[in-house]
Amino acid sequence: MIPAKFDYIKASSVSEAVDLLDKHGFDAKILSGGHSLIPAMKLRLNRPEVLIDISGISGMDSITEEGGEIVIGANCTHHDIATSKLVNDDLNILAQTAKAIGDIQVRNRGTLGGSLAHADPAADYPATVLACDATVVAEGKKGQRSIPISDFFQGIFTTALEDDEIITSIRFPKVKNGNYQKFFQSASRFAVVGVAVVKSGNEVKVGITGVADTPYRAKGVENAYNGSADAADHAVDNVEVMSDHFADVEYRSHLAKVMTKRALEA
Amino acid sequence: MQITLTVNGKQYSNDIEPRMSLTQYLREVLDLTGTHVGCDTSGCGACTVSLNGAAVKSCTLLAVQADGGELTTIEGMANGNEMHPIQKAFKEHHGLQCGFCTPGMVMTAANILKDNPNPSEEEIRHGLEGNFCRCTGYHNIVKSIQHAAEEINN
Ligand SMILES: Cc1cc2nc3c(=O)[nH]c(=O)nc-3n(C[C@H](O)[C@H](O)[C@H](O)COP(=O)(O)OP(=O)(O)OC[C@H]3O[C@@H](n4cnc5c(N)ncnc54)[C@H](O)[C@@H]3O)c2cc1C
Ligand code: FES
Ligand code: FES
Repeated sequence: MIPAKFDYIKASSVSEAVDLLDKHGFDAKILSGGHSLIPAMKLRLNRPEVLIDISGISGMDSITEEGGEIVIGANCTHHDIATSKLVNDDLNILAQTAKAIGDIQVRNRGTLGGSLAHADPAADYPATVLACDATVVAEGKKGQRSIPISDFFQGIFTTALEDDEIITSIRFPKVKNGNYQKFFQSASRFAVVGVAVVKSGNEVKVGITGVADTPYRAKGVENAYNGSADAADHAVDNVEVMSDHFADVEYRSHLAKVMTKRALEA
Repeated sequence: MQITLTVNGKQYSNDIEPRMSLTQYLREVLDLTGTHVGCDTSGCGACTVSLNGAAVKSCTLLAVQADGGELTTIEGMANGNEMHPIQKAFKEHHGLQCGFCTPGMVMTAANILKDNPNPSEEEIRHGLEGNFCRCTGYHNIVKSIQHAAEEINN
């Protein structure tokens, strides 16, 4: 399986990548780890004419603490995140999530920015970035802007990014008490259901992926929570639950409640 | 497009199409056919090689992405006639049947042991989740990696 022909350009700065995106418009695609894009190109589901490789841009692969927040460069791999001391200490739920993605080889290549931009409804990070109330930092022709995560995911493979924008980093508040629970699809290991719970005192924030075409905050659970994991019964309240050959609506709804319960109890 | 990279300690420079996968480059341009193609869709791990010390599925990388990098393939694991301890362990503990998955298993095992020199059986099994053995010889693959860890640590 060989992709359709394309030109390959290695960008050396964010502004160069943005200019190239602007110039080539719809024909161009950003390439980071390539672990969503290249399989799609090999199947010719995607046929960009220009690939703009951002993986070599310096500064986009760092993990730092800034003003009490953890700032993760978009090009950080799942492996970088899973093994970062800062993330393990101050944002442990994100390390848990990264460790649950794919396999060693996938974690060595795939990136946080790529996963969020791709917005696969079965991806793991979306649950966790929602529960953490993270902020996506993007740069485009008009400059830099911060996108609250609650505005970021807009549908299946659809985000708030403009055509000329790339994600440069993701900012997270520190999270002491968080847990990610995943029900693995038995062949691909993607999430049939993934639930992230962040607790502070008697309040919880719950992010759920895999259940609807867009990942969501389970407000029903959050409102019902009073310290008891029974609030998990509200995991799919007002949600249009997806159905596929791995899990129909009834089974997926059940899994969402069970995974939410486990994450609340953890 | 011109790429220059180091494979098994030797430098190569070639003019290739950007759409050529790293597997194709290794097998068809460099004639290093030890790297196998099982699924060509990033599922099986047979094509695993090491890029800058990290195990990667070469079918899901463009050769141009490896430009400037240091690669090790299964052909680069032995030291002359002396097999790498992981290879030796696979041979001694029946870690292979038909051998098709073996190059990928060995390259992934090297990454497992680099990150964790003393892995438990559970950690080895978890570490191999991206590698399939169609002969289903997983028990002896795990055992081989346990023996390789002992050998390397002694
Ligand atoms: C075998 C296998 C198993 C997997 N299992 C899982 C799993 O269990 N859970 C899971 O969540 N994921 C899984 N994945 C997906 C994996 O995590 C991908 O690596 C990830 O979704 C995309 O990251 P990437 O860097 O590879 O992106 P790429 O493939 O390079 O890009 C993906 C998309 O995002 C765009 N993009 C990339 N970076 C940016 C950026 N900084 N700004 C704007 N747009 C950008 C690209 O243009 C493209 O459209 C799996 C993949 C494989 C191959
Ligand atoms: S051939 Fe690359 S993962 Fe199967
Ligand atoms: S030994 Fe035959 S596929 Fe593993």
